[in-house]
Amino acid sequence: MKKEISTLIDGYREQLPVSVIEKIEEELPANVTKKDATEILAKISNAYESSKVNAGECVGLVSAESIGEPGTQMTLNTFHAAGVAEMNVTVGLPRIIEIFDARKTIKTPMMEIYLQKEHSSLEQVKEFAIRIKQTLLKELISDVTINILEQEMKIALHKHLLEDMKLEKAVMLKAIKPKFKGFELNDTEEGFSLKAKSAKSDLKEVYALKEKMKKIKVHGMKGIKQVLPVKRGEEYVVLTSGTNLKDILSMPEVDAIKTTSNDLYEIQNVLGIEAVREAIIQEVMKVIESQGLDIDIRHIMLVADIMCVGGELKGITRFGVVSEKSSVLARSSFETPIKHMVGASLSGEEDWLRSVVENVMINQPVPLGTGLPGLVTKLK
Amino acid sequence: MDQSVHKKIEYFSFAVMSPKQVLDLSAAKVVTPELYDREGYPVDGGLMDIRLGVIDPGLRCKTCGGKLKECLGHFGHIELARPVIHISFVKQVYDVLRSCCKSCGKVLIPEEKIKKALNHLEEVGAERGPEAQRRAVREYVKKYKDKGKCPHCQTKQGSVKIDKPYSFYEDDQRLSSIEVRARLERIADEDLPLFGFTPGVMRPEWLVVTVLQIPPVTMRPSITLQSGERSEDDLTHKLGDVVRINQRLFENINAGAPEIIIEDLWDLLQYHVTTYFDNGVAQLPPARHRGGQILKTLTSRIKSKEGRIRHNLAGKRTDFSARTVISPDPLISLNEVGVPMKMAMHLTVPERVTEWNKEHLITYVKNGPSKYPGANYIIKPDGRRKTLTSETMEEILEELEVGYIVERHLINGDVALFNRQPSLHRMSMMCHKVRVLPGKTFRLNPSVCNPYNADFDGDEMNLHIPQTEEARAEAEVLMLVQTQLISPRDGLSVVGCIHDAITGNYLLTKELVLTREEAIDLLYTCGLNDFSRLPNKAKIDGKEVFSMLLPADFTFYGKDKSRNEVKIIGGWLKSGLMDKANLGDGSGLMLRNIYADYGPEFTAEFLGRISKLGIAVLLRRGFSIGIGDLDLMKETQEQVNQIINESVKRAAELVDEFYAGELEALPGRTVEETLELRLLEALNKARNKGGEAAMHQIRENAALVMARSGARGNVLNIAQMTAVVGQQALRGKRIEKGFKNRTLTYFKEGSIEPAARGFIKNNFKSGLTPSEFFFGAMTGRDALMDTALRTPKSGYLYRRLSNAMQDLKAEYDGTVRDASSKIVQFSYGEDGLDVSKTKNGEIDVKGIIRVVVGEKQ
Repeated sequence: MKKEISTLIDGYREQLPVSVIEKIEEELPANVTKKDATEILAKISNAYESSKVNAGECVGLVSAESIGEPGTQMTLNTFHAAGVAEMNVTVGLPRIIEIFDARKTIKTPMMEIYLQKEHSSLEQVKEFAIRIKQTLLKELISDVTINILEQEMKIALHKHLLEDMKLEKAVMLKAIKPKFKGFELNDTEEGFSLKAKSAKSDLKEVYALKEKMKKIKVHGMKGIKQVLPVKRGEEYVVLTSGTNLKDILSMPEVDAIKTTSNDLYEIQNVLGIEAVREAIIQEVMKVIESQGLDIDIRHIMLVADIMCVGGELKGITRFGVVSEKSSVLARSSFETPIKHMVGASLSGEEDWLRSVVENVMINQPVPLGTGLPGLVTKLK
Repeated sequence: MDQSVHKKIEYFSFAVMSPKQVLDLSAAKVVTPELYDREGYPVDGGLMDIRLGVIDPGLRCKTCGGKLKECLGHFGHIELARPVIHISFVKQVYDVLRSCCKSCGKVLIPEEKIKKALNHLEEVGAERGPEAQRRAVREYVKKYKDKGKCPHCQTKQGSVKIDKPYSFYEDDQRLSSIEVRARLERIADEDLPLFGFTPGVMRPEWLVVTVLQIPPVTMRPSITLQSGERSEDDLTHKLGDVVRINQRLFENINAGAPEIIIEDLWDLLQYHVTTYFDNGVAQLPPARHRGGQILKTLTSRIKSKEGRIRHNLAGKRTDFSARTVISPDPLISLNEVGVPMKMAMHLTVPERVTEWNKEHLITYVKNGPSKYPGANYIIKPDGRRKTLTSETMEEILEELEVGYIVERHLINGDVALFNRQPSLHRMSMMCHKVRVLPGKTFRLNPSVCNPYNADFDGDEMNLHIPQTEEARAEAEVLMLVQTQLISPRDGLSVVGCIHDAITGNYLLTKELVLTREEAIDLLYTCGLNDFSRLPNKAKIDGKEVFSMLLPADFTFYGKDKSRNEVKIIGGWLKSGLMDKANLGDGSGLMLRNIYADYGPEFTAEFLGRISKLGIAVLLRRGFSIGIGDLDLMKETQEQVNQIINESVKRAAELVDEFYAGELEALPGRTVEETLELRLLEALNKARNKGGEAAMHQIRENAALVMARSGARGNVLNIAQMTAVVGQQALRGKRIEKGFKNRTLTYFKEGSIEPAARGFIKNNFKSGLTPSEFFFGAMTGRDALMDTALRTPKSGYLYRRLSNAMQDLKAEYDGTVRDASSKIVQFSYGEDGLDVSKTKNGEIDVKGIIRVVVGEKQ
């Protein structure tokens, strides 16, 4: 681009938002004359100025409407096999509700793991996927026999599974040894055996150990229940069900910039509140797009912002965002009115009628839109 | 002017009522449970005492002397023989009891740490509200508690337990309400802020009730049944119980009855007072009527959807409104609403008499209430209202002068708000101009069905007539249909041509060539009478006819539904077809551009014209659909059959592979799941391919035209009617189970062949077999349930969202803030753009460049 034109554009940087400037730079033909460029910029800035929000516009309600209205068109089917080979994902209305509720435990926690360029060949990705998949001991066990007299437990393992995972039995046994306190661990032909060290120990303990043993993690990342390498465009990504953002991000071959989780609380703990805001926007947009709906991103941004303004994630529930309101009457008109009024009377709260419902209740103009400005006239 | 004075409420404050306040407010002390004497006159000192207000016409309030409706009622009181705990405050009383010394009443935090604790707690309170503060107090006290001794007076502390709902025990010794109250009295005012209580607003001992406030009679009116019997309000019933037990308790105490009897009565009093406040306490049996119906007491009056707050305070009712069935009228304009004559004569608009409109208004008055257009009432300058009848007419005509207000009938052009529930977005309530029409239904232009989400299968809609100049001005400027054409949801139009209007324009621009006479006739019907732009030739192309409606300098580049380029240059449609992609709602970028360039009025008019054009085209050309339209040509039929057979064969192969153990599992699935998925995929392919084959058949027919133009129906509908209905899926799977190992007894056990799992081989035209029909009904039912379950869920989500966000607004400085001026966004949507003013959420940079550069080339 010619210098004089880029200085022309620079002159508008103060006035126009970054997104518009970027678009101008992208779209402006290379051979544009200065005169044309001036005209274009003037027209765009005109168009921008006339498209700005009016002061007093009730942007919150518009957003709520824009999200609530198409809600009736979304599917309720909780599980939906997205494509043939992919995993189950919560989609549609239930997912939206889950996000806006800011649920602590979500129905289908998932991760999308991108790998660094040099680690992203198909073999490497497959190997990586197997490496992170959490394997519990019970998945490897083919048979357990208990010798009651000897108080000994013989465990047979699936050898082929061990091979698949490139897991050496000796290494594995060493790793899980500390979990069997009070028992002697021996390597055997089929697998391994456990024998109580003291002869006195109770048979119950052996049975308890049998159950406990099943839940021991022998391999992979905690929480990663399923892995699936998938091709996304040019790259291979690993989809997982179950999340462990912190540990995955600290692996050197992972591309930490692109890798995401869909668990908002996990993101808050690992990456902080700004990341949560972004995650809310992306997750909601994903659902909306998968439902073939069109909702402007600004509405979702606003919801994400009110969920995150306080510095920590808050759901749109009576315990979250709504409980933060300053007005007693506004809170009462949502849910649990008695609770709010009791609380208000104890601490002598005052309601200065600054928001919407309170004014509706007492038939006064609402401080939004045309209810906002007041005119002062001199009376003769 | 009398109307310029508005009583403005500045703020509300909440507080706990002290016994003294209750006594000061009280107009009467209630001492007897009797309500009326033998003559039916309210007893003095009873619950219906006329000092508490009157509900009988003819009686006068003893306190203020007002009659019914003049006197709002006055509070009374009951002096309780023994104090009882207020159920709503039990939790707070418990917290205080646990954290304060039993003898000196100080908080169980060492003196030197109190200040620090207070600072911390107030911080919590300021940051997260008083609710959170109280939660934090509890934690704070827990840290220093259970040391056994009071840090101030060294008294040994017992552990206070609560036996829900309202009994307190200290070391298994019951604490009487008197004892509880005494302890609360000992707490110093300085310690209150720790608990988030505000000194001066409340004292902890007030949480134990000694005098019970009685609401005025007007708040609990009795109703007289047809039999002449009186039926009292639930609250009166409950209060009667309280008074009765209270009196008995008094008598027993005075008579020196044994402690046990007094305790029992005291407990009973506590129960009655508790249920008077809240009849839904978990551990208590609710108080009931004799019939077993649960009493509605104070709490249930306030809470829930039917309660005072949501039903009466946040929900308003209105006069000057009407509701009836709607029906379509494509001939009225987009922003008009057809109002039945009968309604127009009941709904009125107040019009002030001035020098200039006096004569005009007199004609209305002369017509009276029963001749249209007339008037129903006049309002004198002193605010008195007079009904206009044939008797009063003469008198009114004589006195009518400047300053009077005439409430005249609705006439054409009046402003009205039109609404359909559920009002999910702002386009659910728009302003229309009245058009008085014969008939008994509201008429609306079918193009506005979409924003209202209305159809004509019996839908009803509401009409409101604004009564003041401000209201009318706001309605017209902000809510008129043409100002709402662009949705703030995505920046696309919500109004567009529908159904026949699309088909008509599609056919017109696609294949019609008209004679000059026909073209002029067509254009004249849709309101055009300047034909100077019409090309001067004998045969006129459909595209040229359509172009006549476009503005002469309109340039637009876009795509039509089949992704062909649409080019409009200088007001002439050069290429492309006019179908749903350009004329319909949602996608219609052409409409969006016209709106941006030529303004709302023009767009509304333009929309009306093209709708009329489309319909006029169909009227002249003819358009209908019959069973013959669903016939496939022989080759196509064979092709479809082949596709179906192939799919079924492929399915059989898959099953064979599965049994032979050759099927490879997809990652993360079992072999059985894989088989199901593969089968579903194979069978779905049958329908898609069958549909494609059907769409490809060369013969044009009505169904195809409608699907292609986007007017109604799609490929799938046509495929199901003509080729194959296809696989029925429940929850993303083929239909399974029902009976033991089979879907229906018609099939063999364990059968997994397509037909036994919901594959419908037939099409709707050929008819379904009984088992196929049943599978179809299964998925149909599933879809119905889905909608029925979804509606309340999404409704609740919407309610929560709107409640949480209703007070966010864009400020003058461009920031978005909530009601307490907390900044939520520094610039709305990061760029300050209003979605409804943008093109699909963006500034059309590309378009502007194209216009400027294009002009030069």
